[in-house]
Amino acid sequence: MSLIDLANPTRFLKLAARLLPWFVAATLVAFACGLVLTMLAPDDYQQGATVKIMFIHVPNAWLSMLVWALMSVAALGTLVWRHPLADVAGKCAAPLGAAFTFLALVTGSLWGRPMWGTYWVWDARLTSVLVLFLMYLGVIALWRTVEDPSRAARAAAILTLVGAINLPIIKFSVDWWNTLHQPTSVFRVGGPSIDSSILVPLLVMAIAFALLFITLHIAAMRNEILRRRVRTLRLLAAQAAQVADTRAGARA
Amino acid sequence: MDALAAILVRDLRVALRVGGGALVGVLFFLAVVTLIPFALGPDLALLRRIGPAILWLGALLASLLALDRLFADDQADGSLDILLTGSVPLELVVGTKAVAHWLATGLPLVIVSPLLGLMLNLDARSIAFTALTLAVGTPALTFIGLIGAALAVAIRRGGLLLPILILPPAIPVLIFGVAAANTDVVGAVPFGTPFTILCALTLFSIVIGPFAAAATLRHGLE
Repeated sequence: MSLIDLANPTRFLKLAARLLPWFVAATLVAFACGLVLTMLAPDDYQQGATVKIMFIHVPNAWLSMLVWALMSVAALGTLVWRHPLADVAGKCAAPLGAAFTFLALVTGSLWGRPMWGTYWVWDARLTSVLVLFLMYLGVIALWRTVEDPSRAARAAAILTLVGAINLPIIKFSVDWWNTLHQPTSVFRVGGPSIDSSILVPLLVMAIAFALLFITLHIAAMRNEILRRRVRTLRLLAAQAAQVADTRAGARA
Repeated sequence: MDALAAILVRDLRVALRVGGGALVGVLFFLAVVTLIPFALGPDLALLRRIGPAILWLGALLASLLALDRLFADDQADGSLDILLTGSVPLELVVGTKAVAHWLATGLPLVIVSPLLGLMLNLDARSIAFTALTLAVGTPALTFIGLIGAALAVAIRRGGLLLPILILPPAIPVLIFGVAAANTDVVGAVPFGTPFTILCALTLFSIVIGPFAAAATLRHGLE
């Protein structure tokens, strides 16, 4: 089964139907293990129980970047290989990526309140993630502006690739900006070098969130394919009705 | 080469005539800079400190305002289709149009910025730094905006979307532009460091912009 076999949406739907229950089960198991391990993980000697926010925060932050990378590959698939499902994959990844980025920002600011004493600081990292969030919203807005999916697909693909080129530049310049304007006022809590008692739950949670993404992504792609079929059927029905109308009009 | 020169002259002529909107950007720039003291209060010391940042923000917003013009009119009267089917490589055509657009809308912003700098109580060195960074930085804004303008034309109804798509990639230009313009006021780093990075960003966007915009137009309008 190669990638090109999946070009047939029906085949993809069949495969998705077969795989989805397994991914749902795997996600549930991974989250169960991850949450139990998180509960058992020791509190930090400085941060107390708030360090457990990390087990939610860090996987979301990782995924926020990973999803853009996946969207860039999908964009190449749309522009270069013209894979019919690439734009479906790209479109469905954008809201998920935005959600993960949003969760990373929210959990980060909830963590920042007890640790830094404020919900938001214009720290380099926070700012670049915020810009990433804006870029996700831009792609989603682009998809929502155009009703013809194939037109929107190519525009969104180019925007995604331009964003992928720009992200390192934005990251670099925000780092520069921050070091310029904010001397050491943002104290970053130098947590303990990661011990295995924390690292293991973190990795399990990361796997759980990755599985969650895969599950939601497959389901979203399935829904998108079905939505496009409905759209095509509706267009055909409207066309048929119009033809019937003109015929009736000509007869009358 | 002749064709590109012809496009340059034509675009400039269209932009400078009635309805071309070349000077609207300058007016907008003036309006933004006039508004800011109303919001902050006429505190000359404060204005002096944030003056370069105000000028940069105003120039950024003013250059966004005019971007819509880059391809929309050409698409409306059909000349964009002629350019698309022509024998001159689309990347060069699009790049030339961007240069013409910058000459008509970006350069005026640079020229009036010293005057506005005086109104914001900047001293001569700050004014010179700000004008120089704007002269180097506004082409980057135009060439990044080129991609957005192409997207807006390719998807129609994109006019409202354009600023949202363009602002994130414009952030680095703003950061280094203001950093370089501010060196006289803040003085944390030498002028050359952020300025050279700003030059690099401009060159980079001149390379990326035309290719991405041409690809968008080709894919979007077929």
